[in-house]
Amino acid sequence: MLADKDRIFSNIYGLEDPFLAGAKKRGDWDDTKEIIELGRDEIVNRVKASGLRGRGGAGFSTGMKWSFMPKETNGRQHYLVINADEGEPGTCKDREIMRHEPHKLIEGALIASFAIGANVAYCYVRGEFHREIEALQHAVDEAYAAGLIGDNACKSGYKFDFYIHKGMGAYICGEETALIESLEGKKGQPRLKPPFPANVGLYGAPTTVNNVESIAVAPEILRRGPEWFAGFGRPNNTGTKLFLISGHVNQPCAVEEEMSIPLKELIEKHAGGVRGGWDNLKGIIPGGASVPVLPKHICEDVLMDFDSLHEVKSGLGTAAIMVMDQSTDIVRAITRLSAFYKHESCGQCTPCREGTGWMWRMMEKMASGTAEPNEIDLLEEVTRQIEGHTICALGDAAAWPIQGLIRHFRPELEQRIAEVKSGNSQAV
Amino acid sequence: MSEQPTKFLFKSENIKAVEGILSKYPESWKASAVMPLLDLAQRQSDGWLPRVAMDCVADMLSMPRIRVYEVATFYTMYNLSPIGKYHVQVCTNLPCWLRGSDAIVVSCKKKLGIGFGETSEDGLFTLTEVECLGACVNAPMMQINDDFYEDLDSNSTETILSIMAAGGKAKTGSQIGRFTCEPIEGLTVLTHQIKARDIKLGDA
Repeated sequence: MLADKDRIFSNIYGLEDPFLAGAKKRGDWDDTKEIIELGRDEIVNRVKASGLRGRGGAGFSTGMKWSFMPKETNGRQHYLVINADEGEPGTCKDREIMRHEPHKLIEGALIASFAIGANVAYCYVRGEFHREIEALQHAVDEAYAAGLIGDNACKSGYKFDFYIHKGMGAYICGEETALIESLEGKKGQPRLKPPFPANVGLYGAPTTVNNVESIAVAPEILRRGPEWFAGFGRPNNTGTKLFLISGHVNQPCAVEEEMSIPLKELIEKHAGGVRGGWDNLKGIIPGGASVPVLPKHICEDVLMDFDSLHEVKSGLGTAAIMVMDQSTDIVRAITRLSAFYKHESCGQCTPCREGTGWMWRMMEKMASGTAEPNEIDLLEEVTRQIEGHTICALGDAAAWPIQGLIRHFRPELEQRIAEVKSGNSQAV
Repeated sequence: MSEQPTKFLFKSENIKAVEGILSKYPESWKASAVMPLLDLAQRQSDGWLPRVAMDCVADMLSMPRIRVYEVATFYTMYNLSPIGKYHVQVCTNLPCWLRGSDAIVVSCKKKLGIGFGETSEDGLFTLTEVECLGACVNAPMMQINDDFYEDLDSNSTETILSIMAAGGKAKTGSQIGRFTCEPIEGLTVLTHQIKARDIKLGDA
């Protein structure tokens, strides 16, 4: 188990003062100027060497992303945009960072902005997080007043401004180009890529979009060294990570642990185990609503990291673990997620706009057992038609949970249909 | 359409907030301010956004009105018709559903005497079903105006609504004695902070 001294988020539960005095006691804003003095290239190289992969779901190398930004600004503005539009069902980590560790985020934003040549960072926070926005704004005000950010951030000579932009309720704005559109004052509809934001992003300027957690861990990585961070987890899956354990466990919680920790160990150590014992487990969605569900036998020994979960055809996503015990109507559970994607489709691409509604209606038939047996294959086929055929990944995200359900729980679908046909239905 | 007011101007006490919002964005990209300005306008208008308020924001930002209407109709947090004093938003997405959000919905409907999308006759409560609000390890939960109420059951839900109906302030956050998102029966990490549980956070 990760030792407390190696936990980056030492105030994740907010048990201590989240603001500047408390944050400084925990080591935030130590040597920030010296880190900046390393220079752009060295910061980017060290973050690359740490192996940090983006914590927002896709898992792309953070250092690599920073390196895509033009080396020379030539008088053009660059932007850092922080994605705090946390809304992937099961995910509630950025909320805890913003209200309990806001200075880690602000310090990280300064360092990341310097590394990509940006003087301005916009932090796009979902509007429902009103209290979290208040906490973060308070910390921003403190940082300005203390000279940590502003015209001469940490006396480094670098000018840096941090602005909070409040979203107003649209899951799709968590997609980076939709977020940029929204920040420009438009509907949050994703842009075609290329051009990528590193070339043409916010206001047409080079832009890097990073998740809150990716930014907030950067200062500590640079303070303690990339080797320290890379020493946790498996190769290509390094570091520490916030895990969110919800659903049918005895003690739902958020916890920072080492990457690659076995899923079973994580649940038993920190979440008090599965309700009714491990053998009462039915399935787990290991990385937020959009990754496929895993049945119990895979959960026995799977490791919580990008590659391990990819090998079992699921994903680490946001590390939001939703545990379902034997009492769960798993068809109904996945149907609820289908309703979510139908609700959140922005309507721009036909396969997603029409497909999410179609899949949800078909899932309702599966849940009530009124589908035809051959419609299971039809549904699977339609998910393949949507996957990969839309501008952004929302279409994929809507397809994957259904594919996981059919892959691992097909007998339940068939049995329910058979029961309704024979008139012995318990289904509703 | 509900009755629409015929005039909207930002109140003088909100002018400073308007200037603060505008100052965040480049002069040539003023449209970036449309979302926060609509939010401010909604807060000034008892929680809903009349058309004249959208028009006012459009004119302030030199945006075509249709662009502002597009934004106001795209994002779910803009209410385009009058709303109760308390907007009760119950999450029914998977993590909340697994922890019993069906019972929370039943309690809300019973206690308030209204269904989803409806407002109580006294104008106090509007009930809405919402998607994931990002407090999943504290499920089931609901949001009322700007605050989250977490770790709910039927009893605590009804208690919260009763307190509000009587004009009081209910305890926000966890309803079962958790501090925030730690395991309820005690810390498994950062155990040196156990004593810190008594620390009162600042009001900020």
